[in-house]
Amino acid sequence: MIPLNFYLILSAFMFCVGVLGVLVRRNAIVVFMCIELMLNSVNLSLIAFSSYLGDPTGQMLVFFVMTVAAAEAAVGLAIIIALFRNKQTVNIDEINILKW
Amino acid sequence: MLESIIQSLQYIKPEAALTATFLCAILADLIFKKKEITAAVVIAGILVTAVYVFQQVGERASVFSRMLAVDPFAIFFKFLILLSALIIVFFSLFSNEVNNNKRRIGEYYSLLVAMVIGMFFMVGASNLLMMYLSLELTSISSYLLAGITKEARDSAEASLKYVIYGALSSGLMLYGISIVYGLTGALDIYSVNSVLAQGGTNTITLLIAGALIVAGFGYKISAVPFHFWTPDVYEGAPVSITAFLSVASKAAGFAMLMRFSKVVFIDSSVLSLPAGMWATIHGVVWTDILIILSVITMTLGNLVAIWQDNVKRLLAYSSIAHAGYMLLGLVVLGNDGFAATMIYFVMYLFMNLGAFYVVMLVANKTGSEDIETYKGLGSRAPLLSVSMTIFLLSLTGIPPTAGFVGKLYIFAALINAKLIWLAVIGVINSVISLYYYVRIFRNMFLRDAEGEQAPLTFHFAHTFLLLVLVVPTLALGLYFGPLVEFAQYSVAMFGVK
Repeated sequence: MIPLNFYLILSAFMFCVGVLGVLVRRNAIVVFMCIELMLNSVNLSLIAFSSYLGDPTGQMLVFFVMTVAAAEAAVGLAIIIALFRNKQTVNIDEINILKW
Repeated sequence: MLESIIQSLQYIKPEAALTATFLCAILADLIFKKKEITAAVVIAGILVTAVYVFQQVGERASVFSRMLAVDPFAIFFKFLILLSALIIVFFSLFSNEVNNNKRRIGEYYSLLVAMVIGMFFMVGASNLLMMYLSLELTSISSYLLAGITKEARDSAEASLKYVIYGALSSGLMLYGISIVYGLTGALDIYSVNSVLAQGGTNTITLLIAGALIVAGFGYKISAVPFHFWTPDVYEGAPVSITAFLSVASKAAGFAMLMRFSKVVFIDSSVLSLPAGMWATIHGVVWTDILIILSVITMTLGNLVAIWQDNVKRLLAYSSIAHAGYMLLGLVVLGNDGFAATMIYFVMYLFMNLGAFYVVMLVANKTGSEDIETYKGLGSRAPLLSVSMTIFLLSLTGIPPTAGFVGKLYIFAALINAKLIWLAVIGVINSVISLYYYVRIFRNMFLRDAEGEQAPLTFHFAHTFLLLVLVVPTLALGLYFGPLVEFAQYSVAMFGVK
């Protein structure tokens, strides 16, 4: 049996990688991948807690998170395509008409 | 179990009516060539929903195994959201920006309804799972609506920024929820509260979880430092959607935040306080988080607004600052403060929608949202300019407008709670805000028009809707007794004193 802490540390690490990726990476598609990483790290910690507490609600939440993540990715990719048709780029640094 | 679900069904009639409206709007778009019919379907749906919400007045129940609460508090916000949705549908009917995209107009109206459904669930959500799901339902519909005029480059850009910031904040919120779940073993906010009240939870971990959850709420109400999307999205999205985001979406976010702070972190065993005041659970610094959030939100919003030349963007920063004022009401953990925020929201609905409506009418005629376009507008469109002045004075909080009464109740609640220094910061901020609002009406009345001089004329219906927004902005500044009583009655939430 692997202790709960190991799961939590892994999940926190994955979450930080995801947040850093969103803040640092410049390609919109990679940014979306990092968001998926964040959500999946949350799923990992929810399942770890759920199994540790012997309570199924956490696992139930995971199903909803996966569904919402899929919906969000679909909308996000659609928006990236709409933007690509206008600007022929998915680089966030070049998407800069709106500022201050 | 099955029986309780069937019992619960009767309480979600408004949401069911909205879902039916959503489907009918899609069908109407497929069947009829005339796009006004879709709008008519949506208006009818909103009115039917209003009737169902009206039937719920006075109800206090918790449905679907405590997933949702149907209580006076939720009903107050449901009325607020429906009213703004109705006004926004009329805005959209008059908006060139929206009507130029004939092919997507059906989707536009149906997504608008989807957003309203999300907000209805947000104001009633009493389970962390429900809070997350309803927040996402609202957000995903609004990402699409912000980018609905996708041929315009800034619209697609606004939409992309919105989706990235939105996903990031909801991810942070979800991580906070997972920590709360790990600490307490429950997602239902009443159970979370009772576990926390027993004590023994690690305060530092709870603080981190609280801060992460605030990221989700803060993004929805556009509080600093989660506001980065606000100016870009407000500028890039069609004006009707900007106005809707600035009022309804913010109201739903506030309702969720208010329910969360009143249920989760309140220690109901403390009896030494006067009636109507609450104490936080020992070791939880929730009030301090809210104070910091509100002070930086209003100060940054007002200071950055000074430099803006695009009126939509200026109003975006002004709406950030207003989120700060409304958070002041939450800082006072008591019925007074919450009622003050709710009163403020009603005032804010009329004055803010009004200001955005004027921006839309001017953009319809001139095609520009730049502050320079407003030069000489006082002589070209007198009624429009006078109305804009009233809205802006009301946003500043100058009597005898509605905004003054809203601010008065918030500052009074702060002073009663002995937080005078916070009230002083609020007043200083109102003075700063006068500076940039004055820039607009200085351009309208004291500067001469450059180029085009011809008077602007508006259709009768457009003028009528303008009056519908001006009259309450003035009337609520003079006669507000019933509204205040209704707000004070509506503070009551299910499951708490």
